[in-house]
Amino acid sequence: MEIKVLKDILSANEQIAERNRQLLDSKGVFAVNLMSSPGAGKTSLILETIRKLKGKIRVGVIEGDVSSSVDAEKVGKEGVPVLQINTGGTCHLDANMLLSALSNMPLQDIELLIIENVGNLICPASFALGEHKRVLISSIPEGDDKPFKYPLMFDIADAVLINKIDLLPYLKFDIRGFSQAVRGINEKVEIFQISCATSHGIQEWVSWLLTQMSRR
Amino acid sequence: MHELAITQSMFDLVLEQAKKAEAKKVGKINLVIGEMTGVVGDCVQFYFEFISKETLAEGAALSFVMIPPKARCRDCGKTFEPREFDWACPYCQGNNMEIIAGKELFVESIEVE
Repeated sequence: MEIKVLKDILSANEQIAERNRQLLDSKGVFAVNLMSSPGAGKTSLILETIRKLKGKIRVGVIEGDVSSSVDAEKVGKEGVPVLQINTGGTCHLDANMLLSALSNMPLQDIELLIIENVGNLICPASFALGEHKRVLISSIPEGDDKPFKYPLMFDIADAVLINKIDLLPYLKFDIRGFSQAVRGINEKVEIFQISCATSHGIQEWVSWLLTQMSRR
Repeated sequence: MHELAITQSMFDLVLEQAKKAEAKKVGKINLVIGEMTGVVGDCVQFYFEFISKETLAEGAALSFVMIPPKARCRDCGKTFEPREFDWACPYCQGNNMEIIAGKELFVESIEVE
């Protein structure tokens, strides 16, 4: 006997993600899922963002890594609540991992939660966490072909940050072609050119983030 | 490595449906997977054999229908299969497109006894 199922394999994850979103909403917390390949600058962006928002917005951070707590220690020095999730080999965060992390995060004390996903341009695109916005960092040294190689990641992003823009004079990167390819795949995406080394474009990124938070 | 999580979710979904139908055994699972998800069928097969041991889905055959990426050009409206490294519309050369297939990840049906 054949039974029609027609159900998304990740529907269980989606349901938990929805619960996470409801929990975050009930506490008035805006959550950003920050994704990129390893070394693109997720932790540096988090540090820059915390510094810009100091005294304005109370930030909390969840660090997702396969192992180690190096990132959490760096972020912890900024004096914000930070929690490390070690996935123990899994290459992405999922909604259930976030659910357990949220119970250990002082949600009443924060307004913005930045979730640093595991560095990977494939799997994190498929696993919703319950975030309000998905932000992707793509950096100059990675090359300008990433939208073609990982289209799903660019398709689901609300904002794409082109990091390490200060290296543009030294590397071959067609920034116009890259931006066009990203917009081609994802009409609604916001693109920012930033450098965490020189703070170029950080103000624009933070302004966008604040606008998104106030619109919710 | 996301195949483990995906296989576990797929297995849970299949078992739930099979129990609902009061099935004694799952013979076959028909899956639809978009190529853009990066899910590798062989890996799913490997994890499934491990996860399904001593359950009513043990020994079930997995069938994969792989869906290649498909895009619709927002400029000329035609649909096409984008090629890697060159996501231009083959008809008007524009690169303004909407991805309309290749993101699937679902259980189409199961065959039970």
